[in-house]
Amino acid sequence: MSAPSAGGASRDGYGKALLRLSEDPRVVVLEADLGKSTKSCLFRAEFPERTVSLGIAEQNMMLVAAGMASSGKVPFASTFAIFTERAFEQVRNGISRPGLAVHICGSHGGIHTGTDGSSAQSIEDLAIYRTIPGLTVITPCDDLSAEELTVQLLDHGNASYTRTARNKTPRMYDSETVNNLKIGKGSVLREGSDVAIVACGVMVSEAIEAAKMLEGEGVSASVIDMHTIKPLDTNLLDDIRAECDGIVTAEDHSIIGGLGSAVAEYLSTTGGYPIQMVGVKDRFGESGESSDLMHHMGLTRNEIAAKARNIVNSV
Amino acid sequence: MEGRAEGMDMSIPELEELANVCRKHIVKMIHKAGAGHPGGSLSAIDIIAGLYGTRLRFNVDDPDWEDRDRFVMSKGHASPAVYSILREMGFLNDDDLSTFRALGSVCQGHVDMKWTDGVDFSAGSLGMGLSFGLGCALAARMDSSERETWVMVGDGEVQEGQIWEALMAADFHDVSGLKLIVDRNRIQNDDFVNVQMEVGDVASKIESFGWNVKEINGHDMEEIVGALEWASSAGSGPSAIIAHTVKGKGVSFMEDNPSFHGKAPNDEELALALEELS
Repeated sequence: MSAPSAGGASRDGYGKALLRLSEDPRVVVLEADLGKSTKSCLFRAEFPERTVSLGIAEQNMMLVAAGMASSGKVPFASTFAIFTERAFEQVRNGISRPGLAVHICGSHGGIHTGTDGSSAQSIEDLAIYRTIPGLTVITPCDDLSAEELTVQLLDHGNASYTRTARNKTPRMYDSETVNNLKIGKGSVLREGSDVAIVACGVMVSEAIEAAKMLEGEGVSASVIDMHTIKPLDTNLLDDIRAECDGIVTAEDHSIIGGLGSAVAEYLSTTGGYPIQMVGVKDRFGESGESSDLMHHMGLTRNEIAAKARNIVNSV
Repeated sequence: MEGRAEGMDMSIPELEELANVCRKHIVKMIHKAGAGHPGGSLSAIDIIAGLYGTRLRFNVDDPDWEDRDRFVMSKGHASPAVYSILREMGFLNDDDLSTFRALGSVCQGHVDMKWTDGVDFSAGSLGMGLSFGLGCALAARMDSSERETWVMVGDGEVQEGQIWEALMAADFHDVSGLKLIVDRNRIQNDDFVNVQMEVGDVASKIESFGWNVKEINGHDMEEIVGALEWASSAGSGPSAIIAHTVKGKGVSFMEDNPSFHGKAPNDEELALALEELS
């Protein structure tokens, strides 16, 4: 498919999804002072009586959400991705362990966050949340898919963590194709036979561009939007293994513990397969315009294409 | 099936007897398991007996009855106190108690709503229960339900910053349905609270956060029942009872003794304890 040019930030999709979900009276929204940033402010403006402001106190917010879930509500609690990490143990012990369906959204995920600097650029959230039993981990690539995947959480039944991005990215879906998305099922955006680029979040559009570059060099690359990191779509990985020579993973996240690790864990324990990873190379970010910084950190189409060439050339 | 509109109406002597029966369950189940927390269970049990015997509305035949009052045991290591009262209320039986801490038991080491009917919170990590209770109380208000949420925390637990986040938020949201009981037994895991990090005048501190506050002797059943009634009718805003208690209360050699925070009695100690409680 060709990528529509119009774009939005995935956090905008989250905000719109909350409004769509508002029809269900069980839905409540919890904020920790960053509603204008996460876009839960859209829900607050329409439904203040179902919005709970908890101030800059993320640990409290997570357990308030758990208490509400135990009382029949469907809570959506959001703050910056990095600040959800402050309440990691609350998510583990207070939400996931009792099996309460609280939906956490961490916005401003990754290096893509840009000028705020390294304190705000969470590059470990996918890794840590992936270790919690029963917690679904999602990182959509654009505003439309963020909206669709968030709406699907309503009857998801277990707790989830969704990472959204601060800045706009090109749309990978349109109002029709987005309806094909399903939590837990990777989305094939481009078919290819030599190498597969399995990407998530803001790196999906870079993966598409990398595939175009490779096409000019005679390398056929497929592109997967692996929006759900957990549960991982292992059936799709099996298909890729049967069709391509190897996988390049691409994520705006540490190469330790995130999408690349999840893919590698599955493939290496089920027979082995060439894998190259694009991600943050075990270092913190810094301030910079988003695009400058992404280049500086190696989170680019060029990096993806280079890794793909490594695979193709080594076969 | 509908639950009771009102809590049970046990008399003071009945409540005292109930607490004593629970004390025997507590020491027996910890002895059998060879592990557990007798000190904080024994300090809390008079208040818990008073709560279940007079105020709490629940339904043994329908543990998930949505309009039940919630009891959030945040100091979840004192689980034997909860299991003993659930035994006396009919949620658990003696066989359940005898499997405390064993593989597959409904009586997990720390109270866990996923494992036990009648338990409303999964505890074990201190400092989280008041926030959870606040969520329950906010949901009740949104539902226009009169159900109450009772949260019990320990005094060592008050050292956790999240407690103060929740205290602040409960006042801001003016949540009258939220009731807090602080088991002020002055001892935590390693030593006395005033050695580890004294929490001081907890009553004044919580009052300064905008709560209605009452201090009581947590082993005087008349005072307990009076304070529970006061908390249910204290008017606007959340209410807290600071219950001054004795760790290990009822078993002489466990009383005020930090070494029985988390240690099981041996055979001889169990016999002595049961003799004192008979």
